[in-house]
Amino acid sequence: MDTALDIHRLHFAFTVTFHYLFVQLTLGLALLIFILKTLFLKTGDEHYNEAARFWAKIFAVNFALGVVTGIPMEFQFGTNWSRFSKAAGGVIGHTLAMEGLYAFFLESSFLGLLLFGEKILGRVGHWLAAMAVWIGSWLSGYLIVATNAWMQRPTGYRLGENGEILLDSWWSLVFNDWAFWQYAHTITGGVITGAFVMSGVGALYLLLKKHEDFGRTFLRVGVTAGVIASIVALFPTGDQQGMLVARHQPATLAAMEAHFTTGEAAPMFILGQPDVERRRIDNPFLVPGMLSFITSKRWDAEVKGLDAFPQDQWPTNIPLLYYAFHIMVGLGTIFIAIMVLSFIQLRRGRLFETKPLLWILLLAAPLPYVANTAGWMTSELGRQPWLIYGLMRTQEGSSAHVSSGNAMFTLLGFMGMYTLLLMLGLFMIWREIEHGPGGHAVQQAPAAPAPAVGD
Amino acid sequence: MLPALWFWIVAVMIALYVVLDGFDLGAGAVHLAVAKTDEERRMVLKSIGPVWDGNEVWLLAGGGTLYFAFPQLYASSFSGFYLPLMMVLWLLILRGTSVEFRSHIRNAVWRPMWDVIFCIASTLLAVFFGAALGNVVRGVPLNKDGEFFLPLWTNFQPGPEPGILDWYTVLVGVFALLTLVQHGALWVAHKTENAVQQRARRIARLAWYGVALLTVVVTIASFRIQPKLAESFANWPAGYVFPALAVAALASVYVFGRRQEDGKAFLASALYIVGMLTSVVFGVFPMVLPANTDPSLSLTIYNASAPEYGLRVGLWWYIPGILIAAGYFWFLYRRFAGKVQVEAEGY
Ligand code: HDD
Ligand code: HEM
Ligand code: HEM
Repeated sequence: MDTALDIHRLHFAFTVTFHYLFVQLTLGLALLIFILKTLFLKTGDEHYNEAARFWAKIFAVNFALGVVTGIPMEFQFGTNWSRFSKAAGGVIGHTLAMEGLYAFFLESSFLGLLLFGEKILGRVGHWLAAMAVWIGSWLSGYLIVATNAWMQRPTGYRLGENGEILLDSWWSLVFNDWAFWQYAHTITGGVITGAFVMSGVGALYLLLKKHEDFGRTFLRVGVTAGVIASIVALFPTGDQQGMLVARHQPATLAAMEAHFTTGEAAPMFILGQPDVERRRIDNPFLVPGMLSFITSKRWDAEVKGLDAFPQDQWPTNIPLLYYAFHIMVGLGTIFIAIMVLSFIQLRRGRLFETKPLLWILLLAAPLPYVANTAGWMTSELGRQPWLIYGLMRTQEGSSAHVSSGNAMFTLLGFMGMYTLLLMLGLFMIWREIEHGPGGHAVQQAPAAPAPAVGD
Repeated sequence: MLPALWFWIVAVMIALYVVLDGFDLGAGAVHLAVAKTDEERRMVLKSIGPVWDGNEVWLLAGGGTLYFAFPQLYASSFSGFYLPLMMVLWLLILRGTSVEFRSHIRNAVWRPMWDVIFCIASTLLAVFFGAALGNVVRGVPLNKDGEFFLPLWTNFQPGPEPGILDWYTVLVGVFALLTLVQHGALWVAHKTENAVQQRARRIARLAWYGVALLTVVVTIASFRIQPKLAESFANWPAGYVFPALAVAALASVYVFGRRQEDGKAFLASALYIVGMLTSVVFGVFPMVLPANTDPSLSLTIYNASAPEYGLRVGLWWYIPGILIAAGYFWFLYRRFAGKVQVEAEGY
């Protein structure tokens, strides 16, 4: 195995996974803050406005980290994946450049107004700023997911005389059906993170008997958003994603489920360890026929196993892929259970007194981060050995002239710097949570308010 | 036709990036020199606070546009300049974090620490960007696949096996730093009052002499290192408007500076930067990355651009997109116009 290639892969995987830790909370909180601002606009109750202000402060710290870790992502397509960029830049460059033009300008311009423009803008203006930040971040999510979707399922291209990839239809690049479901599912994952974090903080305040009125609001909003998002993650979005994988990446699907031999009425393994060498699952715990049902909605349908594909088209790390997928789905099921239970208690007016459930909500707050990361690992490992599915292999895409030593140097640099960033970020978000909502003067400055500077 | 159009679009976006992020980089470089107390430093940060992130988006949007219109150039230059680009990324991360995190905690360790990081990162970024420009003018050892890799330095000579840093590119780096110091100091002078404004004006005045001197030195050196420059100006004398713009703008910086009209001096400095950059772009056109070994291997707008269909549909989303973005900027800069004021801290 070529070591420079491995380092380039790890380089990208590490930096994008780290970036995504912040992105998911941005996607979720942008919506939840907008909901709080809307509640304020409708009821005129200053309490909701104060709650929105509190989350906007956490949003600001998180957003800053999302921005600084996002910038390296765009560069890395050129620095570490130059042969890929040369071949595909004329296609995916469209969605990436549109993201800068349509989404990043929108977000960066309106975030300052959301954080510090409350006095200048007035109620409706400030609500509009919250909406602009929400739309900007969701648009940014769409365009980047469309980029990834094209790598998963290339559309709208044709091959030139020398095998070059030429863009043929801009519409099918931007409105790829894979992008639609992948985006719907990814956004849902972001809302789950936001909802669990908000409910977790709410539960913490109730358990600490601090800021209790805010704790109740956070739980009400968080659990309501959480129950919807958790269910939507399974159905329809996760389900549709699975169908797309079955249709367009059958080898990936077989590897995700460690389904080695083609057969009818294929079972689904809930637990068990895949043994790729012997092509079987140890300690299985299975639901008969489930895999057939999920992929084609018939209990006895045939599902292709890995044996139906040449081994050089199998994903390269089957065990990790299998676990990543099962961790995501397992956690997804747990999220539904937690949120449905909490929602029932909320409706019955008992949630705020049900201590065990509050403890569960508090401790579950970090889990969506695990589920989202595992989800991306499923997509990206499942795409292997392809960089652009069916068109370009991963080993053909890395920068040929960047040596393993230079790539390792910068990978270590990022690891060091990101460890510090993570510590700083957690420290600062924790300080905001400790301080709690309320007690802030309305943030404004007469002439030139500045985001996060000297407030 | 289309490649040339997109080439100028990208060139203008990058020039806008240098003018816009240039003043906040410059403000960062002079931060410690113009502002001594915590209150003064908050004033400097406030003068760039609402806009620096938006300014930086021009780098991303320009980069994205470059990526889709000239994928071969993006791939080749980004992997060839691997090490300096990664360092630019680390500096951008440090700088972004220092602006955003400084205000959150108020004590004698936290704030001065971020102030120093902010100043160093801004200074180094200015030097790196200048050195990058120097590399593009000097040329790089492209091979037949249009690829190359440069170490940070070899023997500091712009010969056949150059490094990123040689005497010429370092000279351009220093030149860029002085230019942005002048630019940033004028911005700070324009946005502040009293002691900070006085110090900023002084620094801008001093920087002017350095900029004027280096304009001459770097121009002579560039013409010797890159023969294509002289050729371009000889073939199309109309191109002299670009350097003429730069010279006139530099003279205006001096005049407005003397009259203490900081706003106008700042605009003149912006025009000076645009004039210098367009001169370079015009001089190497239609090359986008010259090869210093065999000129026929150079990347040009023709062999590095994406196919026609993409360039054509690109205009359909680019034009509305850039107009909307310009609208946000107009709105944002109008909202935050005028001198900054530092009020008592909220809590
Ligand atoms: C909190 C986050 C979260 C949760 C609870 C789930 N997912 Fe998920 N999933 C993601 C977060 C995510 C993700 C991070 O958003 C991914 C990665 C790429 C993508 O499109 O979405 C993903 C990808 C992804 C894929 C595509 C894999 C590929 O492209 O190869 C499938 C088939 C599913 N998911 C299915 C499910 C199912 C059936 C779930 C049942 C509960 C589920 N996900 C819960
Ligand atoms: C939507 C935008 C994304 C794009 C365009 C993208 C693209 C890429 C590229 C170019 C690689 C390197 C080549 C390879 O090994 O296949 C890669 C690998 C990887 N990415 Fe993504 N990625 C995206 C999102 C993500 C996210 C959000 C995550 C995780 C949270 C992620 C996780 C990974 C992992 C784990 C790898 C390593 C896979 C391996 O080396 O086998 N990706 N991705
Ligand atoms: C792998 C490819 C990726 C690239 C090239 C990339 C690029 C970037 C860049 C350059 C920024 C900073 C923007 C600014 O300065 O305002 C950013 C932020 C952002 N990105 Fe990514 N990103 C990647 C993965 C993702 C994924 C997978 C998502 C979401 C699904 C995403 C969503 C966002 C969002 C919402 C922001 C706003 C800032 C924040 O994170 O809080 N990005 N991204």
